[in-house]
Amino acid sequence: MANGGWRTDLSSGFGARAPKPDSAFFRRDGNPAVSQFLQLIFAGVTVGATYALSALGFSIIYNASGVINFAQGEFIMLGGMIAASLAATGAPLPLAVVGAVAATALIGFIVAKLAIAPAREADATALVIITIGVSMVLRGGVETTLGKGGRALPPFSGDKPIAFAGAAVLPQSLWALATTLVVVAALALFFARTRLGKGILATAHNRLAAELVGIDTRRVLSMSFVLSAGLGALGGVLIAPIANASYDAGVMLGLKGFVAAAIGGLGSGVGAVVGGLALGLMESMTAGYFSSAYKDAVAIVVVLVILLVRPSGLFGAARGGGT
Amino acid sequence: MRAPPLPRALSSRAPTLLFAAALVALPLVLPNAYYFDVAIRIAVNATLAIALNLLIGYAGQISLGHAAFFGLGAYGSAILVGAFGWPPLAALLASAAAVGALAYLVGRAILRLEGHYLAMATLGLGVVASIALSNEVALTGGPDGMAVPDFSVFGWRLAGERSWYWAFAALLVAAILIAGNLVDSPAGRALRALHGSQTAARTLGVDAASFKTRVFVLSAVAAAFVGSLYGHYEGFVTPGLAAFPKSVQLVTMVVVGGMASIWGSVLGAALLSLAPELLARFEGYETIGYGAILVATMIFLPRGIAPSLAARFGRKAA
Amino acid sequence: MLRLEKLSKSFGGVAAVSDVTFSVAKGTIHAVIGPNGAGKTTLFNLITGLIAPSSGSIRLRGEEVAGLPPESLARRGVARTFQNLQASMNLSAIENVMVGAHLRLNSSLLAAMARRPSLVARDRAARAEAAELLAFVGCGAYLDAEARAMPYGALKRLEIARALAAAPELLFLDEPAAGLNHTETDEVERLIGAIGRRGVTVVLVEHDMKLVMSVAQRIVVLDYGKKLAEGAPDEVRRNPEVIAAYLGAASNGEG
Repeated sequence: MANGGWRTDLSSGFGARAPKPDSAFFRRDGNPAVSQFLQLIFAGVTVGATYALSALGFSIIYNASGVINFAQGEFIMLGGMIAASLAATGAPLPLAVVGAVAATALIGFIVAKLAIAPAREADATALVIITIGVSMVLRGGVETTLGKGGRALPPFSGDKPIAFAGAAVLPQSLWALATTLVVVAALALFFARTRLGKGILATAHNRLAAELVGIDTRRVLSMSFVLSAGLGALGGVLIAPIANASYDAGVMLGLKGFVAAAIGGLGSGVGAVVGGLALGLMESMTAGYFSSAYKDAVAIVVVLVILLVRPSGLFGAARGGGT
Repeated sequence: MRAPPLPRALSSRAPTLLFAAALVALPLVLPNAYYFDVAIRIAVNATLAIALNLLIGYAGQISLGHAAFFGLGAYGSAILVGAFGWPPLAALLASAAAVGALAYLVGRAILRLEGHYLAMATLGLGVVASIALSNEVALTGGPDGMAVPDFSVFGWRLAGERSWYWAFAALLVAAILIAGNLVDSPAGRALRALHGSQTAARTLGVDAASFKTRVFVLSAVAAAFVGSLYGHYEGFVTPGLAAFPKSVQLVTMVVVGGMASIWGSVLGAALLSLAPELLARFEGYETIGYGAILVATMIFLPRGIAPSLAARFGRKAA
Repeated sequence: MLRLEKLSKSFGGVAAVSDVTFSVAKGTIHAVIGPNGAGKTTLFNLITGLIAPSSGSIRLRGEEVAGLPPESLARRGVARTFQNLQASMNLSAIENVMVGAHLRLNSSLLAAMARRPSLVARDRAARAEAAELLAFVGCGAYLDAEARAMPYGALKRLEIARALAAAPELLFLDEPAAGLNHTETDEVERLIGAIGRRGVTVVLVEHDMKLVMSVAQRIVVLDYGKKLAEGAPDEVRRNPEVIAAYLGAASNGEG
């Protein structure tokens, strides 16, 4: 588990913490094949929750500004890394979690102000490159301040697996699911009821019109980054106890978050959640039944198929892209 | 009345001739093999950057996975020569052709996409390539890579930094000449017109899909060709050659040096290949440095260094 | 030369163009006029292949071309300019015009890279032709200037030069005088006349009635996507329906 990077950890089914499908733990209880299947479902849904939060982050920023934030994965990574560092200095877990999310949200604000706002009129290629540059700065920053090693966060309520129909469910999985559902519900309220939320949606539909009715679109931009960074960090914190965090975890996480958003439809909240869970499940099934080495490739193949067949995803309205 | 301009052939070739002369003179001042190695790396990156610039800067597309072609070319030669005993020259050509075929299939499928969709598709494909190279251990030696025999043609072996310097320097000059020829031709204008206004270009008969695919394939074959040779030079290939960080490095060179500027690509490659040497003393800050350069350039010099300099001094960038 | 029959295009329930039928004779200058929103640009986009019709036919020299992409129409001798200026700003003026000659030049990448002498010679000739065209449209001063440095009026004429470089038989001009002042509009008027005398069939959409009345040999009037009237300028000018729909304002003041 000390070999940094979440890829290797997740590929072994959360490493040594989860009982192997053929262990004595399962033989007590019913059909091993069913148990393994359920096990994979839970694993998939857990990691899918992180992807869903990441995808939501992508969608919010895309809605607010049309920018695809290639640094989204770094926000997830920052959540996990900052929380783990705070916990390591002795801070109580809840404080570490909140601190990590808040710090990352602040970083998101700084990114929006320093890197994105000055380049408002740039074309898509330039914005892509800027967000790539931002992701490198964030990654390099973590590398230099926190080092290259992996860090672990203590699970929220212990790591003793719960038996459920023959499958071993980590309590952390339940935390991930529950938190994601709460977050999604809160976001739905936010977008429907608050001024800022409605402002973001209005800007997404028609920036010029939004500006004309007095919505401060620059504030919308920076707030969307704050929100997305916080969401990403939350996802990172949720998954950190299960899979180690390290400075270079952001690339794949970002890519997969984008894939999840693309599956569900860029800009659609429901789509982000559905896409995230779907991707998580596809990955765990691939790792469990085929080859864990190509698990990461699944995400990419899926997104390529989506881009070619239905660029607008399951729920999205296409906005640019595709001819 | 303006004086009649120099014959176009001479005036536009002059910088290239000067550059070639400088490359010929350079070995006289390079103290030891280490410096030759640095020069070779710059030449390799510059050639790659020029190839990528044709796609990004001139044709206005984007590719965040171009290193995959570089790596696949390198591995292609490595496998054909190392595992199957092919003559290196044949392996070089076969590898480039295979990568070209792959680029054709891929290009036809994804070049319909635009903007960030295309960016993501190329990023994803690049990652798939490096995952495949990493995982097919039996064929590729896995994450640790594999050895590559020396490059030899009809018994004559190309080995050592000095010999390879001439090879890569010649390749770079050839790339500059060929790219220059392409840019100032009907095909080159059609590509640039596509970038400027695809709609208008199509109404003038420019087959957008065909052109985009063709320049994509050309760019890929060039990268594969360079990759094959590089593999022979290093004597070793690793999946890192095809990985995302390498792709990002190439894009950075193109963007920072100057989109749609051949000399910009050379400049960008030189700057960013030398930067790690310079930044090495600030160990660990390379990534931050790279990232900061990318962001700052796109905000303040959106067209890159060379075009901005050229505009400042009133000349059109090459 | 060109015959439209019952051409229609709907965008999700809104009929932009409805059952339009008319012909354009070879070598004539034809104008399509109508109030804003009458469907003139949609009609152009239909004929030049940028969008496909919902129904109806478009015959070019007897051949059915409805639904073909713009590249195919270019190969059949159709060229156009754009209302919303689609010049390639990243090219110089003369390069823009040379792109117009694309189909007549060797567009092979390999030949270009190898700098084949035949390609170089043809390119040089194309450059000279382009320079002539730029002078013909009155943009001779902008030869090597970057398109993005040129004023609006010059860019509109640049587009015309570019379209002419394709040596078209049928030229569509989409609001060539839009945004131009009196002097520039007069120049465009002369230009269209000169183009017509070269034997090119011209169809133009235009709001400037003085320009239309002086260059057009036949006029088609559209309103709400339907053809309202067709005929010689004088007939159309006196047609009561047309006056009611459109020329009412013009016949009172500015004409």
